[in-house]
Amino acid sequence: MPTLERHERPNIAFYVPLIAATGAVLGLLVGNAQGTPLLGLLGGLLLLAALATISTLSGGQEKYWRWGIILLFVIGGVALGRVVGGIAGLAFGIFFAWFIFWLAKRRYRSKLPTYLTSGQVLWFYTFRIIVGAILVFLITPILVVLPLSFNAEDFFTFTPEMLRFDPEGYSLKHYRDFFHNPDWQQALRNSVLIAPVATLLSVGFGTLAAIGLSQPYVPFRQAIMAILISPMIVPLIISAAGMYFFYSRIGLQGTYFGVVLAHAALGIPFVIITVTATLVGFDRSLTRAAANLGANPVTTFLRIQMPLILPGVISGGLFAFITSFDEVVVVLFVGSASQQTLPWQMFTGLREQISPTILAVATILVVISILLLATVEMLRRRSERLRGISPT
Amino acid sequence: MRCRKLRMTVTNSFNRTSKERDAVVSAGPMLAADGTPLKKSLARALRVQKMRALLLIAPLLVFVLISFIAPIVDMLFRSVENQIVSDILPETVMALETWDGSGDQPPAEMAFEALYLDLFFATEKKLHTRLGSRLNYEITGAASLFRKTGRRIGRFGTDVLTSQIVAQSPELANVAAWQELMGDTETRSALPLTARTWDRWTEYLIQEGDDVATTPLEDIHFAALYFDLRDGVFATNARLPALDITNYETVRFRDEFASADDGWLDVEFWRTVQTYSPRYTPGYFLNAVDLKKDYDGIQPRPESQQIYVTLFGRTLSMSLVITLACLLLGYPVSWLLANLPARTANLLLILVLLPFWTSLLVRTSAWKVMLQQQGVVNDTLVWLGFVDDASRLIMMNNQTGTIIAMTHILLPFMILPLYSVMKTIPPSYVRAAKSLGATNWTAFWRVYFPQSVPGIGAGSILVFILAIGYYITPEIVGGTSGIFISNRIAYHISSSLNWGLAAALGTILLVAVLVLYWVYDRVVGIDNVKLGG
Repeated sequence: MPTLERHERPNIAFYVPLIAATGAVLGLLVGNAQGTPLLGLLGGLLLLAALATISTLSGGQEKYWRWGIILLFVIGGVALGRVVGGIAGLAFGIFFAWFIFWLAKRRYRSKLPTYLTSGQVLWFYTFRIIVGAILVFLITPILVVLPLSFNAEDFFTFTPEMLRFDPEGYSLKHYRDFFHNPDWQQALRNSVLIAPVATLLSVGFGTLAAIGLSQPYVPFRQAIMAILISPMIVPLIISAAGMYFFYSRIGLQGTYFGVVLAHAALGIPFVIITVTATLVGFDRSLTRAAANLGANPVTTFLRIQMPLILPGVISGGLFAFITSFDEVVVVLFVGSASQQTLPWQMFTGLREQISPTILAVATILVVISILLLATVEMLRRRSERLRGISPT
Repeated sequence: MRCRKLRMTVTNSFNRTSKERDAVVSAGPMLAADGTPLKKSLARALRVQKMRALLLIAPLLVFVLISFIAPIVDMLFRSVENQIVSDILPETVMALETWDGSGDQPPAEMAFEALYLDLFFATEKKLHTRLGSRLNYEITGAASLFRKTGRRIGRFGTDVLTSQIVAQSPELANVAAWQELMGDTETRSALPLTARTWDRWTEYLIQEGDDVATTPLEDIHFAALYFDLRDGVFATNARLPALDITNYETVRFRDEFASADDGWLDVEFWRTVQTYSPRYTPGYFLNAVDLKKDYDGIQPRPESQQIYVTLFGRTLSMSLVITLACLLLGYPVSWLLANLPARTANLLLILVLLPFWTSLLVRTSAWKVMLQQQGVVNDTLVWLGFVDDASRLIMMNNQTGTIIAMTHILLPFMILPLYSVMKTIPPSYVRAAKSLGATNWTAFWRVYFPQSVPGIGAGSILVFILAIGYYITPEIVGGTSGIFISNRIAYHISSSLNWGLAAALGTILLVAVLVLYWVYDRVVGIDNVKLGG
């Protein structure tokens, strides 16, 4: 079937001014940084207007024009600002090489329904730019921390050396500090001692209770659920205050056991929620079949039920682990100096602004959380597959 | 086992012929195999099942009750508890019971005598400073009053009484005589104040691990004895040596206290002690809403001390701003995520989940790095020439910092519920609206938006609940103007040590959160709480 294609003369009056305006904005930025905003604005305007007109009307191969534009921007960038300028130039070059032809050849419409009005097309792209900006807002803080943790200076900001991509500006000294400083090592040791034990406690009790809660007849189910979920609802500062008062009454304040107990309580809702969610899709006839075949309740639990709900248990455990591992408010109050955990050490560091080692620790924690996120996601898919719900 | 047997019985009864069945029905209730009525054994089976469920839940329930619920209850208790005054100043509280504080005179000599006895024990136990700081919450100057006088209490001229009594009956200088005296019920009832003081003394010594018999006597015993002899309807007692106190040189305790610190003559101070003598007080709650209770009833605190209502207001309004900001930023993102093809949406979802999973401190430290005056945002703006190097923007240690950082931190909690609701809205509805002639805006506002309201409700309440209880982020990027009520609670727990006030503030916050949570349960349901996609 022959497709209907519109062959139009490129609409110069539309795209050249648009590209020129974009160029003007960019020129203004560059000019402003150099102290000559007006010159930059005019330069950008004229340069992009000329480039857009010539490249699209000359009839040469698009590919060659693209490379030409990129090269031009890189050279310009290096001339203005060395390495950084070169990299910025490369980025802008790639952008304009794409942008000019994207506008001129009406590619912006190629993936959209043909009946959309110009206004709708404009809104479509504006909306995406807005959402893109919000996503950048979400991710930038994390991305800023990563390079800063390799700072060679004791600053919380990018040094000129770093911006020049000078190897001198980068170092691993903050990581070295983290691994050699006794304070940080003690904090790491405490975190590693507290989180797994708290996790074990919450997973052990939590799984049992979740199984109990998902029985068909449970008296006071709502009330029990509300109590078990409450550590997640109550603001941490209130939990911390209450635990501080109560644990100092019974002599647990400032002890390792006290912190473990508090963290286990905070992790329990996560275990309950994930495990009961897994049990919702659990086929009870499997346990009945096992019982019918002569398995006692313990065997049935260990051999039939447990393997099936294991993904839920593990991801609940991971949630509990990360809760304890990241927790700072409660440990600040319930713990004493000898239970100082990593987040606590970071918190005091941030309050007193002592060293950028915090950023190195932050980077390590980001990597850990990426690993955990990947694990949980994998487990979730596996659990859905096991329960016969196809992943979407 | 029981279940299986039961089922067999039921099956059997159905296999019978209709005649037999009629016979069973007419014979009375249906029976299980062991002869019990079916209804009863069914109930028993159900009970067993319930018990099993409860047994599985019990360990965790007990664990949570001890490790979490008990602390919360303890906090609620502490917010009204006020035993410190009546525990440390029992005699004074008793002496003040009859005092009418409406005049402009401090109470009579008796109250000062009682205060002397109480303060002696308080100083010995080193509790006087604690009581001083407790009363200082209600009336300024109380802390230094107690501290200063605590040092002076041993130097009051009370040895006059001791030496006069010992001169009249020398055996009273021996501890053994006192022990014998105080072991006698009749004497005890004749000398109530002396007996109470002696009991407090022995209790204190036992607590300290000292031996009563070898510890030298203190002036308080003789003072108490003198007071009893002077005031008591004193029946002659064989055991007590005859003491004639009529010509004694006395001690004016009021003057002794006044010379230690004339704050003791302040009527306001005595009124405060009287007002806060009950074992339970609404005082902390009143304090938490900038009121105070004094002799004339409940009144607003002085202007300079009114901070909590403002702080609650700020916590609420900033949480509201943060919630709105999250909604504003989260809505478009969720919409796009819900309308993109699954593969792309999952990729973009990672950008939402990664901050969600990243440690709170990492994100807070990131914002500190970004927002401070020598930080990344300011550096970029200066480099681009938009901001002069000398006039860098102040985005941290104020409300702006708290709002920006907390919006970022709580944004995933808005996006995830919104996304899960929007995913269930069929795109055909909007298309149908448009094909019926609706404009883009009408189609969105009249068709799409109403369907996304449950998501907005869920996300907003969640973000709001989380926001009003935040502590870490405001503490680090909030400075003084950007802090929340939580920071004040933490301050009272760890710095000012006003635990009662911290507990009262916490209780108010807790009630607010629980009300919101109840609303959340109504809107979304507890069971619909989902974690990270």
